Amino acid sequence: MADVDAGPNGLNCILWTDEARALADAAAVDALPQAGALAGIPFVAKDNIATTHLQTTCGSRILQGYVSPYEATVITRLRDAGAVLVGKTNCDEFAMGSSNENSAYGPVLNPIDRTRVPGGSSGGSAASVAAGIVRIALGSETGGSVRQPASYCGIVGVKPTYGRVSRFGLVAFASSLDQIGVFGTTVDDAALALEVIAGRDSRDATSADCPVDAYRNSRTNDLAGVVIGRPREYFPSSLDPRILRLCDEALDRLRARGATVRDVSLPHTDLAIPVYYIIAPAEASSNLARFDGVRYGLRIEAKGLREMYDSTRTLGFGPEVTRRILLGTYVLSAGYYDAYYRKAQQVRTLIAKDFRDVFDSGVHLLFTPTTPSTAFEFGAKSDPYEMYLNDIFTATANLAGVPAISVPIGDVDGLPAGGQLIARHFDEQMMFRGAYALEAERKAPA
Amino acid sequence: MAIGPDDVRHIAALARLAVPESRIPELVSQLNDILSHMDALGRVDTSNVTAVAGAGDAAMPLRADLGPPIALEHPLASFAPQLRDGFFFVPRLATHEDSGDDELSE
Amino acid sequence: MSTVMNRYEMVVGLEVHVQLLTRTKAFCSCDASYGAAPNANTCPVCLALPGALPVLNEEAVRLAVRAALALGCTINETSIFARKNYFYPDLPKGYQISQFDRPLAEHGRLDIEMTSNGTPVTVRITRVHMEEDAGKSIHDRYPGATAIDLNRSGVPLIEIVSEPDMRSAREAGAYLRALKQVIEYTGVSNANMEEGSLRVDANVSARLRGQTALGTKTEVKNMNSFSGVERALEVEFARQCEVLAAGGTVHQQTMLWDANRGEVRPARSKEQSHDYRYFPEPDLPPLVFARAWIDRMRTELPELPVAKQRRFAADYKLTPAEIEVLTADSPLAVYFEEVMRSGADAKAAANWVIRDVRQLLNDGALLATLRVRPPALAQLLAMVRDGTVSHAAATRIFAIVAESGDAPVEVARREGLLQERDLDALTGWVDQVLAENPDEAARFRAGEKKLLGVLVGQVMKLSKGRADPKAVNQLLSARAAAGE
Repeated sequence: MADVDAGPNGLNCILWTDEARALADAAAVDALPQAGALAGIPFVAKDNIATTHLQTTCGSRILQGYVSPYEATVITRLRDAGAVLVGKTNCDEFAMGSSNENSAYGPVLNPIDRTRVPGGSSGGSAASVAAGIVRIALGSETGGSVRQPASYCGIVGVKPTYGRVSRFGLVAFASSLDQIGVFGTTVDDAALALEVIAGRDSRDATSADCPVDAYRNSRTNDLAGVVIGRPREYFPSSLDPRILRLCDEALDRLRARGATVRDVSLPHTDLAIPVYYIIAPAEASSNLARFDGVRYGLRIEAKGLREMYDSTRTLGFGPEVTRRILLGTYVLSAGYYDAYYRKAQQVRTLIAKDFRDVFDSGVHLLFTPTTPSTAFEFGAKSDPYEMYLNDIFTATANLAGVPAISVPIGDVDGLPAGGQLIARHFDEQMMFRGAYALEAERKAPA
Repeated sequence: MAIGPDDVRHIAALARLAVPESRIPELVSQLNDILSHMDALGRVDTSNVTAVAGAGDAAMPLRADLGPPIALEHPLASFAPQLRDGFFFVPRLATHEDSGDDELSE
Repeated sequence: MSTVMNRYEMVVGLEVHVQLLTRTKAFCSCDASYGAAPNANTCPVCLALPGALPVLNEEAVRLAVRAALALGCTINETSIFARKNYFYPDLPKGYQISQFDRPLAEHGRLDIEMTSNGTPVTVRITRVHMEEDAGKSIHDRYPGATAIDLNRSGVPLIEIVSEPDMRSAREAGAYLRALKQVIEYTGVSNANMEEGSLRVDANVSARLRGQTALGTKTEVKNMNSFSGVERALEVEFARQCEVLAAGGTVHQQTMLWDANRGEVRPARSKEQSHDYRYFPEPDLPPLVFARAWIDRMRTELPELPVAKQRRFAADYKLTPAEIEVLTADSPLAVYFEEVMRSGADAKAAANWVIRDVRQLLNDGALLATLRVRPPALAQLLAMVRDGTVSHAAATRIFAIVAESGDAPVEVARREGLLQERDLDALTGWVDQVLAENPDEAARFRAGEKKLLGVLVGQVMKLSKGRADPKAVNQLLSARAAAGE
């Protein structure tokens, strides 16, 4: 089993670890007569996924010290396959952020360049894989929180179809968008991990009753007959030309494998950020109401109940979370619900329809840059809305519920950039097929 | 639609967040900036659109009416801030109606 | 004051919460029953631990649909759950999963029979929807603290909302009693207000008689009984009339009923108008029913109270009072009809069920385990009808059967209670009495008919009660007629 780096080697990516326990778990797996699909493989999980022996803080002070009395379904499935949990990773508080600068436990550093962010909100998991601590890590996606850090850290990041992976045990941020995603050193790592965790869970009423394919079988490297759409809205004239060139080179490689590339349009793309930043905070404001100091987590003692609520939540939540709860409460409040929340859900339907229409027109996959830039420096994006724009290419897939993957496609000034492949609902098979082909043409990391 | 300081105070109260007065102006500004980008939605014609509840199409799966419940691997005492005689304790409300929101509990 | 009130009309709508009789809770598999140690029936879901998710109980759905159908509602083929957001310590998620825009059922009705003036009143039911219960907050047991028990958190409820169709406290009371009866008939709930499985919030307003527009309503809460609801409505209506008569305006607010003082007072809630920020529950896809399934549920409904009462009136020719008692609860009605099916006649069966069977129940027996089974009662009634036993004897036999469960015929034989009708035996006794009472005998033969009773009494005494008095009566009369 790989050496577990108990210290974060300066990256601050792993928050909680228990080396003795991990070794014991590994030994127990070794002793089993039959090896599971991930026997002995170490993994880390984002700290918003419930585990029973390491804390689950969601990068927040309000859950400092909280050890969940039950574990998430995905953790059970990974353990049943023989994988060994070696740490919980740092993240933006309650998964709200695109840089991992919003954690109560300090920022995570990008292993490629430590003056830069790893991306977020699953920055800790991304950095752990990029630094070679583990090959497989769990993150979570709401607007791009796996694919974006994967792009910034030069690794593979997958967001499954909404409902493909159980959310039971994932601390909810925006329930209609959240999905647990996987990071892998290679496409194969990610495919294997997804095979293990995907599938219907009776404890999650939104989890789909859809058979899970053997995603690793998609490694055909043959894309004959595959039509790839290049949506013009993701290649604006303002796009960094160096990223544009990497994308064009990636498309050439896919053509070399037999794919045809077609120009397409997803007309409502520019509405994704406004829609996302109404729906996600609205659902979050409701999901985070349970953090009140009554049953678990931080409690600031007070004479009266109201004061206890107010102090606990004010001190327990950081500024970004506070901002989003306020925004979410506002857009749901009396008099504003129709103009904001209801309207946003309607426009979301149009965004989803864009994807459906394109896939119905004979396109199998969409290819786009994952992010408009490479990893930025700490403190570079201080304006909240400017930070939100990092999600501009990723949030549409969350809103539509379609599966998407980010695969490294090259570097810009030594910083990794990711290319994104998006497939139809529940067609992870096709998504991986494209991803394997894209990866095969580049040197695989050591 | 612009948010004013009183709006921020009101929604903070709804959300049980005691935002310090010093932060109100900053929040007013940030929230207005964010909301200004939402105005684009107003220009979209959604008269024929029914929002789908959630991203999936399937109907609700139901559960049989039997146990056992999901087990707790650690007892309540391991995470409850204040547990006594099996109850979760909270500071007593001044009078039990004076909570701001009391419903079925009456 | 009552003249003031007479100028105004009371308008009442009721919101009734009913706890459904499921084994487990609405959204998790915790035990839903009452009485466990505090927080013993909890799990990650009903504790609202981070990451937990709701999954709906199919039996709760079935019971809710059955209740809604029994109330004449249309079931929506698709309905949506919604979050009702507010903070309270016994509401662990900080929101209640309920239904808002698209409820389970709508447009029902309940007919209430107003016996005083005879005309039935129809109360329209706006909607029936599903939701989960909150936990319990105990405010007065520990100084300075409120104790929270989440055993009840997540228990499935239906909320039954009526239109403001009631015009008096009595109508409200009648509605509640009829509603409770229908609910009991469907078996979906115990519907017991004292036990908390049925809760009532009342909306009441006042308007000048003849006016059609509705006045401002207040919500009245904290009643513990149906009579409490009636009293609270009277008091609040009186208060509103006083305000209006003095030229003031009624403010929309929540009032709490104080049963001890017989008063209502405003709930001291700072946020008088709640902003629940309802939105569709993202953790639960829409609830979808097939039309065929709904139709099947409708055919499986038990016969409801009004239908049963009308049938009893038509088929059994019983008085309204008798019918009311017999149909007050479904099991008793079933018992009664089983007695009938075993051959008893309606009147006799009704008498014995209303009086004797119910007395046993009052003394603590349970109908389901009653030792007097319907066929046995029928047998006993047949014996009375054909004179095999006297009425008095039957009462004794009934009591013995209630203890032992033995067959009435057996008991009668064993206890020597069978009436004697054998002509020889009777003749023997009659002869003896006539011989032992010559004066009375002579006078009776001479025509003093009133001595018949005395002589019959003597025969009864001589036979130790075993003689059939009717037969003795006939025999003596025949003798007198024949001049013997």
